[in-house]
Amino acid sequence: MPWMVITGFILVWELICLIFPIKTFILPAPHVIVQSMITWWPQILENSGQTLFTTVVGFLIAVAFGLAGGVVIGSSTLIYNGFYPLLIGFNAIPKVAIVPILVLWFGIGTVPAIITAFIISFFPILVNVATGIATVEPELKDVLRALGASNRQIIMKVGLPRSMPYFFASLKVAITVAFVGSIMSETVAANVGIGALMMAAQGRFEVPLVFAGLIATAVMGIMLYVIAETIERRVIGWATRGINGPGSV
Amino acid sequence: MAFVELKDIWLRYGGAEGTLALKNASMSVRDGEFVAVVGPSGCGKSTLMKAVTGLWPPTRGEVTVAGKAVKGPVGIVGMAFQNSVQLPWRNTLDNIMLPLEIVEPHASRLHAHKSDYVAKARELMGLVGLTGFEKRYPWQLSGGMQQRASLCRALIHDPKLLMLDEPFGALDMFTREELWGVLQDLWMARKPTVILVTHDLREAVFLADRILVMSARPGRFVAEYNVPFPRPRTLETTYLPDFIEITHMLRSLIQSARQDAA
Ligand SMILES: Nc1ncnc2c1ncn2[C@@H]1O[C@H](COP(=O)(O)OP(=O)(O)OP(=O)(O)O)[C@@H](O)[C@H]1O
Ligand SMILES: [Mg+2]
Repeated sequence: MPWMVITGFILVWELICLIFPIKTFILPAPHVIVQSMITWWPQILENSGQTLFTTVVGFLIAVAFGLAGGVVIGSSTLIYNGFYPLLIGFNAIPKVAIVPILVLWFGIGTVPAIITAFIISFFPILVNVATGIATVEPELKDVLRALGASNRQIIMKVGLPRSMPYFFASLKVAITVAFVGSIMSETVAANVGIGALMMAAQGRFEVPLVFAGLIATAVMGIMLYVIAETIERRVIGWATRGINGPGSV
Repeated sequence: MAFVELKDIWLRYGGAEGTLALKNASMSVRDGEFVAVVGPSGCGKSTLMKAVTGLWPPTRGEVTVAGKAVKGPVGIVGMAFQNSVQLPWRNTLDNIMLPLEIVEPHASRLHAHKSDYVAKARELMGLVGLTGFEKRYPWQLSGGMQQRASLCRALIHDPKLLMLDEPFGALDMFTREELWGVLQDLWMARKPTVILVTHDLREAVFLADRILVMSARPGRFVAEYNVPFPRPRTLETTYLPDFIEITHMLRSLIQSARQDAA
């Protein structure tokens, strides 16, 4: 079904470009974009690799810090209530505004891209894990408490497993925004990366290449999302009570 | 000497305006005794369980278990909750083995003696009729099966005090009577101290050495009755005229406790 939609979309696009005299530097026809993709394939591949690299590194750091921070914040009602508004506030800051500061501190290139990816994907993970742990049903905690379990044991045996659905749900969001963060940073402050490639192409009015870059971006974005979702489904089947399991929809 | 002792316990939920669930509740349970607690619905039976296990500290008064004042939950207690809470990400076997990961000396031995403990868990599961459901998740079990699992979990670490809050509430009569036998055997074999909350008066008379009757909320103890029947009791016991008479008497005690409140 998604494939039919995509094919139809491309066909309509091609038709529009055929019927109306649209200049290539406004909206290139799909076949022109494909041609440009073929011409520039090595460059697209190389720059995509760079973007993927900064995205994944930034994302992994965000996972580590988001999980750890989420556990700390979620385990105490006091900290949770105190920090939550602060987190929301931080999250509301447009991350584009941070990039120039990062450039000032770290120069251009790989480092600001990684940091942007990290900052932007860190918050959804942190907030989700904290929420997951903070909202554990008291009944579940009581099962552990009744045995004389320590707070640490309660977090390990109930808090963390219970927050996993929240964690994985946030991973899908986080990986996508990490990617956006990387590209954003590249468009402002880098010579390599798919974002930099598109900016360079734009500067040379090579609009088909800009679009080729966009498509590469979309493909990578979908890829990362699918990976995150596959992992999610494998790991937390219990949260859906097996509804997504074999034999049903 | 009393193993469990409550002296004039008051327990109020929430602030000063909160629900007063227990008022002047006093009881004392001997080591190895099997006590049943009965009373009108909402009178504070589950609350009593929480106070004894240290899950909810009383507002006034002191609870002692095994000679020590209860300051918080301790590992020598095994508890089966009224709504048999299982961790949904663990299969039945792992849910039942949960206490072993917390309570010493089992927690430090668990890794090295895993297979012994698994065998023990399976044996318990066999006793309550759960064999074959080890790998099932809680949501794949019926309510009655979850209660059986909950009973196994309460017993797995050989607690000295067993707290059972309506453990057979969701079971049909036949299974229930079958599990009375199982519980009686387990108790006779290990002699833990048992406090059983139940709405089923036949269950109380069948299982308990002594039955405590609570008043309507705020709950306190208004009567007690020593059950004379020798053990092991069988289903035949439940047809004895004395047995029936005791259940009738308990029924009227609870009935009047309810009316006093109204
Ligand atoms: N966590 C809580 N917060 C506030 N009030 C509570 C809480 N738990 C119980 N109560 C109240 O305390 C009273 C006693 O409740 P409890 O659960 O002990 O009754 P019960 O005797 O176990 O009832 P049942 O036989 O229906 O299980 C009830 O009025 C109930 O509403
Ligand atoms: Mg109750």
